[in-house]
Formats: sequence, structure tokens, C-alpha cells
Amino acid sequence: MSDTARPTLGDLALEVRSKNAGPFWVTVELFMRDDAGYAIVADEEFLNESVVARLYDVPADGVQIFRIPSLHVVKISYPRPISQGSLLDRDIHAGQHHVPLAVLVP
Amino acid sequence: MSKPDEVVDEVRILVPSGMLGAGFDVAAVERGLALGADVIAVDGGSTDSGPYYLGSGKPKTAAAAVSRDLRILLGAAATARIPLIVGSCGTSGTDSGVDWVAKMVDDIIAEDGLDLAVATIHAEQTAASLVEHLDAGRVHPLAPMGELRAETLESCTHIVAMMGHEPIVAALQGGADVVLAGRATDTAVAAAYPLMMGMPAGPTWHASKIVECGGQCTTNPRSGSVFATIDRTGFVIESLDESVSCTPHSVAAHMLYETANPFRMREPAGTLDVTDAVYTALDDRRVRVEGSRFEIADQHTVKLEGSRITGYETMSFTAIRDPLILKDIEGWAEFLRQVLTGRVTQTLGLEPADYAFDIRLYGHNAVLGHLDPATTPAREVGVMLLVQAADQETATAIAKVANPLMLHLPAVDMAYLPSLAFATSPAETERGAAYEFVLNHVVDTDTPTSMFRTSIRKAAAHV
Repeated sequence: MSDTARPTLGDLALEVRSKNAGPFWVTVELFMRDDAGYAIVADEEFLNESVVARLYDVPADGVQIFRIPSLHVVKISYPRPISQGSLLDRDIHAGQHHVPLAVLVP
Repeated sequence: MSKPDEVVDEVRILVPSGMLGAGFDVAAVERGLALGADVIAVDGGSTDSGPYYLGSGKPKTAAAAVSRDLRILLGAAATARIPLIVGSCGTSGTDSGVDWVAKMVDDIIAEDGLDLAVATIHAEQTAASLVEHLDAGRVHPLAPMGELRAETLESCTHIVAMMGHEPIVAALQGGADVVLAGRATDTAVAAAYPLMMGMPAGPTWHASKIVECGGQCTTNPRSGSVFATIDRTGFVIESLDESVSCTPHSVAAHMLYETANPFRMREPAGTLDVTDAVYTALDDRRVRVEGSRFEIADQHTVKLEGSRITGYETMSFTAIRDPLILKDIEGWAEFLRQVLTGRVTQTLGLEPADYAFDIRLYGHNAVLGHLDPATTPAREVGVMLLVQAADQETATAIAKVANPLMLHLPAVDMAYLPSLAFATSPAETERGAAYEFVLNHVVDTDTPTSMFRTSIRKAAAHV
């Protein structure tokens, strides 16, 4: 949560979501409202492989980013760092892992 | 039913829901039949709920829910004289999952006096047969996995191969009215019949991907029944709930769902490429899609899934409301970790390498752990202790050693013993075996059907 009044990506988006993409990948999607919102998240200076690596504590070279202007979507996929259903997995469907991305303030 | 040698201009697929057992409105199925459905296709499984289901060979869905859906769909298939195809039976598509669904189908056919021939396609593989493929250099890893070792195959409790459309087509051509497939790609279930009828691969596979999760491609994902019409140049998608719409955005966005790459999807026979697909609204609730391509692969491959036991788990759960402990809950959890580790050595003679546990602070940062961006203090925290050991007795013994600590462990700076709020009595719950997925590899196949075993029989129709 931001302690300023500046909106987060979650505030700017229609939806931010995460999910398993099979047992070995996680995928996170930012659905933005319009061209202006899309331009913010598609900016490679603001959101890139290194930023994702820092947010999710994963190696940057495994991160894939898809920028889809026709849908106003940026989609991020990375190998699941914790084996699904293992002792240390606290999110079996990886359905709550959008939050670190959603709280970013552009 | 249409004959395989009949030339048709379009094929209409009725998908009642994203998952057999999820439920759907009978009216939606009736509407699909009225629209001229040529086939009913429904997925029966997924890996999404974790490795337990494949590892144990047990279904996620309730038998009563699956049976309810099957009774309606079998009745619809018999009335309309169209095939019913179910994929990944019993959640993970093990042989036990296929047999579980087949028994329900046999019972319903007998009870309702239906005249239907049923095919089962078993997809489970032995480690020994796969080691032969491995030794012959025919097994390849998919990212992010490395090369496969024979010991990994031998450690699995169940291994399934994921079929494409081909074994399902073969069963239909063999005279089946109902096809109950073991593990299959989500898309093969819907793609089999249109491909058999000569529909083009690009639109067929793309339509099959769009319908595989039922209502996910609509503006109201809670409404699960959808209908796709595939023709020579594209396909049309619509909801079977007249109040629900498909829009170009809702349909295109579904290619994102549960895919790592939203443009290219590998199937056993080749790769669907939707990079150039164009989504057009036909009216306010139907979308037409053109431009999808399918590239036939040089080598047909089948993906493997395997699950193995990693140990046995026991869970304990207590809760903390006292702000004097909550002000440094992470310090308290670290104190619990240290004291518990010492007590386990003292009482059970076990070293940390012999077992493992996870302390999860629900209400604080259990879900995201060290990735959590928030810093605000919690009002209350649920403390889950999850213990894993080589056998159930040891896991439970460790959780019992933890019990007095989860009841009375003070904050480090507290001069007295608090009493914490256990959620249940007894506090410990034995979870049984824990599993992990260990295979993400493909096998180069001799033929698309060679790893699958099909049998077709006419069920007892008249009782």
C-alpha cells in the first residue's frame, strides 16, 4: 500500500491477476483501462525483467514479458520458484501473487 | 450422428462447463442442442489443484456432482445422437480416474436405458516403458526442467501421458458414442470431432482453447456453458446463456488464461499460433475469429506428468490476538522455530536434516512471505505449523512436541507465559502423504496413439 495519494497499478488497472500456467510456471497479467494506462505498464524503463525479478525474487533471465497493445495488457510469466503443493508452497494456484505487482506506483 | 466420410461445412461444439462436476443449467444444454450441436465436449481434469490428485490417483470432484452432470450429458447425447467426449477423467486422467467415470457412465446407461457405445482410453504409463524411451533418447525436457533420470520415473506413484486428439478420433471412428479419455490436453477434447470431420486445424485448435474453460471467455465467467461453430475459415463463439456476451476482448483475453505464452501453444501434433488472429463482434453477444494458424510439428510428441511422495505431513493451527506478541510476530515465529528445533532433538533425537517444517503467519505474511510489500501490523494472526517427515508418526510426533509451544510460547521479552488460541482440539491434523510434480518432459512417439489403450464396448442398454 502506498502511503501517498499516488495511485498504484492496481488502482489504474481493470484487473491485476496471477495464476499457475501449468505446474512449473506462474503468469501475472495487468489489464489496463485504456491506451494511457497501457502506455504506463508497457514502458520498458518502468516495468522490465529486472523489476519482475526483484518483485518475485526470481532470476531475470527466466522472466518473459508479453506486451499486447490491442488488449491493453502486459503479461508476465516466470518459472515457479517453489514447487506446487510442496511444504513451502503457500499459494497452490499462485492466485494471490499479483499483489507485489499491483502495489507498484508508477 | 454424422459419419466420418460425410462432408460438412461446419461443426458445432457444445461445452457445458469448464470442468465435469462443476455443474451447469440444463436449459443451457437444451439451447446448445437446439442450436444444432454436433458434439458435446467437456474437460474432466487439470493439474491446477496440485500434485496430490495425480500422486494419489484420486479425483478432486465429488462423485455426486460428476454423476449429476454425466446423467444430463449422456441423456442429451443419446437424444440428439451426437457424441459425448470427456477428457482427463477423474481430475488427473489416471487409469483409476477413467475407471471411476466409466463406472458412473455404465450405471447411468443401465438406469436410464440408453443405447450408447462407450470407449475408455487409458493413458497411464509404467516407469519401465518410459525408461526404454529415455534410454533410446526419445524423452526431452521442457523449460524450466532439466534432463530426466530413470530414478525420477521410478519414484513416481503415477505417470500419465497427455494425449492429443488422435486417440479420441480413433475411438469415434471405432464406433464410440461416448469417449472417456484419460489424461488429454484440455483442447484435444473439443478439437477431436471437428478435426475428424475435416475442419481446418487453425480455427479448430483456437476454438478449442477458447472453450476449454467454459464461461471464462465470456463477460460473465460464472455462466459456464459455451458454444463454438467452426467452419472453413474461422469460428464463432457464443455463450449458451442468452443474457451473457462474448466480446472481442473477452475472447481474445482468454488466450492469456493459464498460459505462459499467449500466442503460441504446443499440442502433441504441432503448435497453435494466434499471433495474427482477428476477433470481430458479429452482434452484441457473438464473436467471430479468423487468422488462427496451426503448424504441424516434424516430430509428434506426448507430454508426461508424474507425481511422487515427498513425505508425510501433520498440521497444527493456533492463533494470536495479544498485541504484545503481535508487535513483533516475526520475532515470535523465529523464537518458535529455535525452541521447537531444540525440543525435537532433545525428545525425538532428530536433527534438522531428518524433517522439515514451515511456520505460516496467516494475517501477517503467510501468502507472500518475504515478497509481501505491506508493513501494517495485523489485528490477529493465525499460526499454521506444517510438519513434513519421512513417515506420518514422526510428523505427528514433531507437531505434538510443538503443541505446548503453540499454546504458551511467550514473546522473547515477556516475563510470563501467555496462552494462545488453538482453533481445534486436538490441535494436530494428519494430512497423509505429500506429493510433488516431477515430470515436465515430452516423448517422441512412434504413432500418436501408441502410448494409449482404447477399449470400446456397448454397455447393457436394457434392464
